[in-house]
Amino acid sequence: MEVYLFYIVATIAVCTGVYLIFEKNPVFSALYLIQTMVCIAVLYILLEAQFIAAVQMIVYAGAIMVLFLFVIMLLNLNIGQEKKDALPYQKIPAILIGIALFAVLCIVLKSKLLQGKQGEYTTAYINNVGNTKLLGNLLFTDYLLPFEITSVLLFVAAIGAIMLAKRKI
Amino acid sequence: MINASIMTFNILNILPILVLAGFGMIVLVTDVLSSRKWVNRNILAYISLIGIIIAAVLTRSSTGTTLFSFNESFVTDNYSLFFNFIFLLCAGLTILISHNYIKREDINYGEYYALILFSTIGMMLMASGADLLNIYIGLEVMSISIYILTGFKRSKLISNEASLKYFLLGAFATGFLLYGISLTYGTTGAINLKQIASFIAEKGGMSDPLMVIGMGLLIVGLGFKVASVPFHAWVPDVYEGAPTPVTAFMSVGPKAAGFAAFLRIFLTAFGSSHLEWQKIIYILAILTMTLGNVSALSQTNIKRMLAYSSIAHAGYLLIALVSANDMGVSATLFYVLAYIFMNIGAFAIIIVLSRKGDECIQINDYAGLGFKHPLLAIAMTLFMLSMAGVPPMAGFVGKFYIFSAAIKSGYIGLAIIAVINSVISVYYYLRITVIMYMKEPAREFVPLTISPLMVAAIVISVVGTLQLGIFPSKVMEIAQRSILMMR
Amino acid sequence: MITITHYLVLSAILFTLGVIGVLIRRNAIVIFMCVELMLNAVNLSFVAFAHYLNSMQGQLFVFFTMTVAAAEAAVGLAIIVALFRNKETVNIDDMNIMKW
Repeated sequence: MEVYLFYIVATIAVCTGVYLIFEKNPVFSALYLIQTMVCIAVLYILLEAQFIAAVQMIVYAGAIMVLFLFVIMLLNLNIGQEKKDALPYQKIPAILIGIALFAVLCIVLKSKLLQGKQGEYTTAYINNVGNTKLLGNLLFTDYLLPFEITSVLLFVAAIGAIMLAKRKI
Repeated sequence: MINASIMTFNILNILPILVLAGFGMIVLVTDVLSSRKWVNRNILAYISLIGIIIAAVLTRSSTGTTLFSFNESFVTDNYSLFFNFIFLLCAGLTILISHNYIKREDINYGEYYALILFSTIGMMLMASGADLLNIYIGLEVMSISIYILTGFKRSKLISNEASLKYFLLGAFATGFLLYGISLTYGTTGAINLKQIASFIAEKGGMSDPLMVIGMGLLIVGLGFKVASVPFHAWVPDVYEGAPTPVTAFMSVGPKAAGFAAFLRIFLTAFGSSHLEWQKIIYILAILTMTLGNVSALSQTNIKRMLAYSSIAHAGYLLIALVSANDMGVSATLFYVLAYIFMNIGAFAIIIVLSRKGDECIQINDYAGLGFKHPLLAIAMTLFMLSMAGVPPMAGFVGKFYIFSAAIKSGYIGLAIIAVINSVISVYYYLRITVIMYMKEPAREFVPLTISPLMVAAIVISVVGTLQLGIFPSKVMEIAQRSILMMR
Repeated sequence: MITITHYLVLSAILFTLGVIGVLIRRNAIVIFMCVELMLNAVNLSFVAFAHYLNSMQGQLFVFFTMTVAAAEAAVGLAIIVALFRNKETVNIDDMNIMKW
């Protein structure tokens, strides 16, 4: 059952990914990307990362992509501007680079995986305590510093968005 | 089930970061007050400088200890403190040279100073991060602040374009860096640098090809930040388009932070298998300095010339990384410090000579400067000679240490190529000096309006360049002490 | 049985698609979306590693990556809007004030 689900979702993710990069209309590109993100959220649930799956849906597919769509609509980009898109002489090398990159990654992935140190958070343990609780516990104890620095990051982003995009300061 | 205990940590470790964050917010609040005409907007620069000085004093006071805090993810040792000092110096000098410029260009907003302080926080986190998560977050705080600063002249198309180019390529490079982190994590099961190191040592080197790929992707991501060839395409355009003080800042700060992280990751985590990455960095170093120097030869715009020269300097610093010995690390520290003085000094002179709407950035604009403003010309000559590596300037001593480190590790060929490169670089640095003194002025030099802050910046840079060049031993001693506790 | 290789290959495919997209597209917003696809691919590999290594740090990293992506999206789109205001285009071939 899980195997079928994985293959179906993975196929959809790859197809929408391909559509994303070849679609002329940026609005459709954004919608395909949302589709890919939803697929990845499903995979997160298969991987028993429920909290991350929820955040993926809410923040990524929800907030960030809506921001993209909003900007595309705001700038009123039409397909006419896309005519100059994808210069032919750049397309072939790019795809070749992509295939080469993928081939290298796949050859390497055939190597013996998972020699890394196994952690203590087994599936049984996570299910027993709860994914969100564990993650929150880690965030507020061991990884408190990066969590707090993230506030600086978001603050900078807010300043930046206002500084750059506001019509009149 | 979970014992949720708040682990103990010494708040002193992160106090400089907290001070900078606090002063960044004070600057923003004061900016709001000044827009109501309650306070003078000029004090914003002074407030930020006070913040930087307090942070520097705090940094100074905690030297001589090695403290791990936050579950060993944040380390305060002399190495990170030396780099913190470098970042603070860089931010301080940038604020000194910015004050007049942003008033003149009508971008005098408090956000400018706040963003410089916030990006300094990111750099400090990169230098002190002992796990990949902290280094990544620090890198992002730094980069995002600088993307915004690059586009700060929002009504100028050139600034917008530079910002967009930097942003898109920066985000692209971040993707590679993140993939590298992911593969490193997946193959070692840890994100803490020490745990990665002990895992690799246990396995007896990098047996896993996936780990090698991950390391390669880390090199791509960090190589972008330090502007090494072939990830340098953004450098000239972004340096040209950004506001000049921001160019000065980003030619030094992110580069220093990038090298701080580079050295920390590669010497701590991948230190036991240095033979694998030394070959890659070796080639990158040769390409970076050669391409930087050769491209700089034909530039007519001084900002672009300094951009290529900064690529070349990244190449010299990569040599120190290749040598991977203690001397290389201390040479990096020394060289970065020297580079701050000479590079920000040179940009300070460019800013002094520019006016609103007339950036004065063609090299020919400097013709006759030697007769009109002899002091400025002397200062510029000093900085150029220092960058070219002419004794007795700081640049010469820095290069000398780096090349000695390479020779000590047995990379004699690399040292020879580096010396040839420095000789090439003398041509384009001296060309500016020659134009300043030998050519008739092609244009009028209007009377200069030079603020006390700018004078302070130029004086500090000149003194620093000479001090490090003539009496390098004291700073070098501090640099050597800084690395003792690194591993 | 789904192994980690399945997830890593999928992640590699998506990452590669993102890289190709960045290289062939000329619309700045679409390029940025391709970068987001790359980040998503990396996140997938993080979570897969975390699951199969019985470790939490991968999920934690994804949490931070998403925060960073949100911050980056805000700033990046603001830069694009600022540029569009001055130039009425988001095509990166038109960004030619400075020689590349």
